[in-house]
Amino acid sequence: MSMEDLYQEIVLEHSKRPRNRRAIPQASHRAKGHNPLCGDEIEVYLKVEDERIVDLSFQGQGCAISTASASLMSESLTGLSLVEARQRFAEMMTLLKDAGVPVDASKWGDLAAVIGVRRYPGRIKCASLAWHALQGALDGRPESTTE
Amino acid sequence: MMTRPTTESQGFSVEAVRADFPILRTEVNGQPLAYFDNAATSQKPQAVIDRMTAYYSTENANIHRGVHALSQAATEAYEAARKVVARFIGAPESREVIFTRGTTEAINLVASGLGQTVLQKGDTILLTELEHHANIVPWQLLAERKGLRIEVAPVFDTGALDVEGMKAKIVASAPKVVAFSHASNAVGCINPARELIDAAHSAGALVVLDGAQSTAHFPVNVADLDCDFFAFSGHKVFGPTGIGALYGKADLLGSLPPYQGGGDMIEKVSFKGTSFRGLPERFEAGTPNIAGAIGLAAAMVYVDGLGREALDAQERALVEYALDALTSVKGVRVLGGDGPRVSLVSFLMDGVHPHDIASFLDAEGIAVRTGHHCAQPLMERLGIPGTTRASFAFYNTFAEIDRLVKGLHRIQKVFGS
Repeated sequence: MSMEDLYQEIVLEHSKRPRNRRAIPQASHRAKGHNPLCGDEIEVYLKVEDERIVDLSFQGQGCAISTASASLMSESLTGLSLVEARQRFAEMMTLLKDAGVPVDASKWGDLAAVIGVRRYPGRIKCASLAWHALQGALDGRPESTTE
Repeated sequence: MMTRPTTESQGFSVEAVRADFPILRTEVNGQPLAYFDNAATSQKPQAVIDRMTAYYSTENANIHRGVHALSQAATEAYEAARKVVARFIGAPESREVIFTRGTTEAINLVASGLGQTVLQKGDTILLTELEHHANIVPWQLLAERKGLRIEVAPVFDTGALDVEGMKAKIVASAPKVVAFSHASNAVGCINPARELIDAAHSAGALVVLDGAQSTAHFPVNVADLDCDFFAFSGHKVFGPTGIGALYGKADLLGSLPPYQGGGDMIEKVSFKGTSFRGLPERFEAGTPNIAGAIGLAAAMVYVDGLGREALDAQERALVEYALDALTSVKGVRVLGGDGPRVSLVSFLMDGVHPHDIASFLDAEGIAVRTGHHCAQPLMERLGIPGTTRASFAFYNTFAEIDRLVKGLHRIQKVFGS
């Protein structure tokens, strides 16, 4: 796998023009995620109505992998129920940790490109940063880390 | 691109030197390793590896108080290593050299000692904005325990130390202790240590100099610098990990209470009371890193054998070449200012995060370090999450720097919008 396989067009595109990089003033949940290894910080905002995510956004600066992961996460989780979102978080963590688990492209779509980072152990936390912040927001923890 | 300078005329052959470092023959990701992470840790010459192997193979024993032959041989080798270290850094007496695990432990030792002697509640410690966490956190812990104030000397927007600003701070804050780095690990500037030490002494302060980044790169003489304490790590000076030293002027060092208690540092132990040995044993409780000290001495002998002036010249040529070559890469800004610098370049690239740069370079066998370089306050001051740092040693080549620059051009093509 070469660098161009990791930094696919979809990753580069989402890192340069991230979707939903904004605050949600009336957020029902929000939390910061911090990666102590690199100092990157991402804040995730959620608007939840009737146990369903109706809006999901993030703010902060990070590397291409963490920004693309946050951007793609915001797109893929909006509209899901909280139960489904938690399920997706758990599955994402499993996929990032274990390169042997196959990625169902029909389910993960463009996020599959980000999951490719699991071949580079030093970068996995870049991909998981926004997801940890999401979990922190759902659990009511204002700050979480990738550690 | 600028022509490659040659240092062959000074009798220095980079190819011959590279042959002394077995790891430089390694391939990474199918490419020859270009190791540019020397500021984090340097590679080890065969002479060091062989010396440590020989020690463990033929001389290993615990030192001091041993009557048997091996113990005496080990003791002699360990104390001979102390003499080599003293000579390498210009310490007038070898008892002024305390072996520690590295710079971090050396600074913790001196902070702990000064906290029990010189520093009283309300006193000020002056640090700088460019310090490594190892020269911040021990002082913060002490300040919290003792009710001390910490003042911080400023840097410029390049990350280089504002020397006049620091001198003004020394006068204004009347610190009891000034602790600063001889050279910055994060941006590479060499600070005018003697000038700042004189200013601190004039204000009545003691000086702790963090030599983690200077000791490996240019000749250091603690007596000429007139610093009160000097800390460095062996593994950045081509020696093993887990060994370093604290130098302290004999009278000052001798006035500090013990740091850790245990065997070897005592004169007589009784439940009625214990008396302690003098320098240097008082600060070396327990079995020390004997093999590490011997390996470090071997590294210093190796460096001296090549000639520290020649190595310094080679590293200067490398960093000048790198600085010039990086100007050809659009959107790259090198930190650290235009003043004297050790052989490292710490830079930012428009629109590309350091971690993405490092991953691309790693795929090409080029090892750089990215992030905050254990200098988060400096990164915060500069308003950046981190930098990409390429730090050179005398065994690096101009051709390796060409690979780095080529890699950066490629990264820019991938990320260019």
